[in-house]
Amino acid sequence: MQPRWGRTVMSTENGTENDFSSIDQLLECAKSCRRNIVKMVHRANAGHPGGSLSAIDILVALYKTRLNVDASNPEDPDRDRFIMSKGHASPAVYSILHEMGYLSSDDLTKYRVMGGVCQGHVDMTWTPGVDFSAGSLGMGLSFGLGTALAASLDGSSRTSFVMLGDGELQEGQVWEAAMAAVHHEVGNLKVFVDRNRIQNDDFCENQMRMFDVADKWAGFGWAVHECDGHDMNAILGAIEWLDSITDGPAVVIAHTIKGKGVSFMEDNPSFHGAAPNDEQLQIALEELK
Amino acid sequence: MKLAASRDGYGSALVKLSTDPAVIVVEADLGKSTKSQNFRKLHPERTISLGIAEQNMMLVSAGLATSGYKPFASTFAIFTERAFEQVRNGIARPNIPVHICGSHGGIHTGTDGSSAQSIEDLAIYRSLPNMLVLHPSDFNSTEQLTIQLASTNSPSYTRTARNKTPVIYDEDAASKLELGKGAILSEGEDVAIIACGVMVSRAIEAAEGLSRIGINATVVDMHTIKPLDGKLISALAEKCGCFVTAEDHSIIGGLGGAVAEHLVENCPAPLERVGVSDHFGQSGDGDELLEQFSMGTNHIISAVQRTIQRK
Ligand SMILES: Cc1ncc(C[n+]2csc(CCOP(=O)(O)OP(=O)(O)O)c2C)c(N)n1
Ligand SMILES: [Mg+2]
Repeated sequence: MQPRWGRTVMSTENGTENDFSSIDQLLECAKSCRRNIVKMVHRANAGHPGGSLSAIDILVALYKTRLNVDASNPEDPDRDRFIMSKGHASPAVYSILHEMGYLSSDDLTKYRVMGGVCQGHVDMTWTPGVDFSAGSLGMGLSFGLGTALAASLDGSSRTSFVMLGDGELQEGQVWEAAMAAVHHEVGNLKVFVDRNRIQNDDFCENQMRMFDVADKWAGFGWAVHECDGHDMNAILGAIEWLDSITDGPAVVIAHTIKGKGVSFMEDNPSFHGAAPNDEQLQIALEELK
Repeated sequence: MKLAASRDGYGSALVKLSTDPAVIVVEADLGKSTKSQNFRKLHPERTISLGIAEQNMMLVSAGLATSGYKPFASTFAIFTERAFEQVRNGIARPNIPVHICGSHGGIHTGTDGSSAQSIEDLAIYRSLPNMLVLHPSDFNSTEQLTIQLASTNSPSYTRTARNKTPVIYDEDAASKLELGKGAILSEGEDVAIIACGVMVSRAIEAAEGLSRIGINATVVDMHTIKPLDGKLISALAEKCGCFVTAEDHSIIGGLGGAVAEHLVENCPAPLERVGVSDHFGQSGDGDELLEQFSMGTNHIISAVQRTIQRK
């Protein structure tokens, strides 16, 4: 499948040279998304900035270079699917859907506002371009397995990408799906784990230690890759790696920083689900210039 | 008027209960939200974190309870439902006294949206044999009733609310509350308004509005949904002859359903149910949503006028 935007690193068709202008554009796009994320959460005075900022670089890379989706035809049955299982990271999803032309600036200002399409948690019945109604953790991988199995039954080359939180991995259902995906040898199911090491109450380390996460996926029979989830080159490489795995499910453990890009939110459990105040918003926007 | 959230009453009760060494708190990464963290701060050694894994939490609690502990397990109301079958088969069926608290119940929860707004928890837990089902209305009643739960020998489900609402009981009034007994907040002969949770303060407001147009309402805080105070309802059928129920919950199966069941079997009387009319919630401000979903004070008043007409 052709990348939809610019060129990816290590692309076999385009040679192995990085196209730095494309990388710069991706980084610029991620910055614009970050600004919208903090603005949305600030305006709503509620929401989840931390896990949105940790995930956004991956979303930008996926939507801008890989996903075969089209804002003018959001219901296309043969589109790739992106399933945001950690549905509280909705500001990240809305910000990239805005960049992709699905949502207007006005839609973003109505995040969490009654009647607006940008609901608190991603919701496929409200928002064009959203493929899965999330909010209850641990469900997205099973859903992604369903959409991947359907693609195989249809003989379609469409791919299902799922993003999971690391705290979310504590839900047993994730591992039920992980086991089933290997049993069914789904080569069209690709997962990113946003390994930001923080969940709701505290660091994962204090809530539920998971030790070697990559090892757990490997133990279930998944192909596993690890990358820096904020290094655009590394993310593009990881996407390419995911596409190279065709005989079964594949997962990328993306090492990220919760709150990435806003100094006082970085690695700070308090900004899992809290909005910046007016003064903090100004600092954040200054840092994201 | 003083405002406080009932979930804070739950946190405060756990702190008061902590002098009992058998009381133990079990969490699933929402201690900051359900307020069990108040207990954790004092007694980390008696607080068990199970990560984001509600199904596991329920049976770990059951194991603790059969070993002499009094577990208080909490998460959002909606996420207790993920473990419904664990509660049914692992807690209610063997009648093990695990005390479950579901916070953030109802659409009043607000901007988080429909995935976080349980509108069916009271209905589903009420359908389980052995379970006590509570939905207190304010900080002090939640604190008081939670403390009473510790000395019961039944499994229980208590729903609390996320947002601040008027404090209805002072500490003295709250100390007179009893599990399983509806609390009469005002007396009148024309209609009985039976409410729970965040709708109780609206029912009181409605009764005040009604009295200005010459309608006298009895208002009951039905903090215990199961066992339902049937004796009180029968007495009110006699005295008032018609009813309105008010709950931040589906009108199917919750308080309205429970009252309807009692009435048709024992003392048929007109009933209008104010609640969520068979649809899911959405994001928005809590109070705004209650208006949007026809659950405001004025909607209770209109329901009263309808039920009186049907007498
Ligand atoms: C089933 C379920 N239980 C609890 C919650 C409440 N909750 C929302 S976000 C969150 C922490 C998620 O942590 P993680 O998956 O690491 O997400 P991230 O760090 O990327 O924000 C919790 C416990 C939920 N949404 N769903
Ligand atoms: Mg995390």
